[in-house]
Amino acid sequence: MAQQQAALLKPESLVAEFKKNGVTHIVTIPDSETNYLYELMLEQDWLDVVPSSREGETFAIALGLIVGGKVPVCVIQNTGMMESGDSIRGMAIDSGFPLVMLIGYRGWTRHGVITDSAARYTETFLHAMGINYYLLETDDDASRISVAFEEARANNRPVAVLVGDEYHGFNRT
Amino acid sequence: MFDSADMFRAFQPHRDKAIVLVTGTAGRDWREISDNETRDLTLQGAMGQTNSAALGFALSQPNEKVVLFDSEGSLQMNMGILGTIAGKKPKNFFHFLMDNECYATTGGQPVPNASEINYAGMAREAGYTATFQFDNLEEFTNNIEAIMKEEGPVFVAMKMIPKIENEPIGRRVRKPQRSRAETIKVLQAELGITAA
Repeated sequence: MAQQQAALLKPESLVAEFKKNGVTHIVTIPDSETNYLYELMLEQDWLDVVPSSREGETFAIALGLIVGGKVPVCVIQNTGMMESGDSIRGMAIDSGFPLVMLIGYRGWTRHGVITDSAARYTETFLHAMGINYYLLETDDDASRISVAFEEARANNRPVAVLVGDEYHGFNRT
Repeated sequence: MFDSADMFRAFQPHRDKAIVLVTGTAGRDWREISDNETRDLTLQGAMGQTNSAALGFALSQPNEKVVLFDSEGSLQMNMGILGTIAGKKPKNFFHFLMDNECYATTGGQPVPNASEINYAGMAREAGYTATFQFDNLEEFTNNIEAIMKEEGPVFVAMKMIPKIENEPIGRRVRKPQRSRAETIKVLQAELGITAA
């Protein structure tokens, strides 16, 4: 049980990675899996959370922030990423700026057959857009956020980080 | 309804050092009228998303006035941005809407519910600090100085005469314009912004 708990992906680990990489803004639409991460982000005085109405907004808001010298991360779910196709194309890829996008991987599982089409098309979508990505499953993977930042900055392109686990916020006491 | 070029001429004296972004066919008139190209920013690039990008920039530079001349076709594609903007309450953000009631660039087809939508009402109920609406140049001209002294987010809906384009795209004559990348580079130099 202790080992199982240690394997969790803790929201604190993600926030620590944001701080390490100089993130100033989180542009987001919370989903059921990021409840606790959202609350933790709001508590950080160095981080400004920009709640948006639709995922397509997040990439455009992020571009405006980047042009103004800030370091945003878009935190959305895979369903919203697919809704954002034109915005990702025109505001993230074509603009030629580095951007890390943290994507909740709804429906993903390491075990058995993936039945949720949201998960089935996630990596296909990223391949189609030419966006490289990394997968986070546990705390041991959190440093991949830094890897994504390095890659985004080296290539002036968006890089995705897929979160293949819940943040376990609902079960916290 | 009034002419977008006339509207821009009335706005220009009250611009001061504001950073100005434009969208839509009516927005093209601004290029001939702006007297400070260094502070003109282009963040177009995805359908309906220039308003989102303008918000992002306003949040990044809270000490700079940011003025967006949006279009109603664009806003209808991204109506949720009204709540997003109102939620962040950027005091430096001025959102003008050039409403010609149609998609002028595709031949003038009406936008949904073109003549009956109350955009200023929607912005007011979304939570903008101040909202205005004008359908004639004289009233706009008489109020623009006071509007630019308001605390944002401010929304100004204006009925514009449509400048409909029916020429096939390949035959349309476009005046040279600066690229998005160029406007960004020039503005960042002006404001001393370096990559974070």
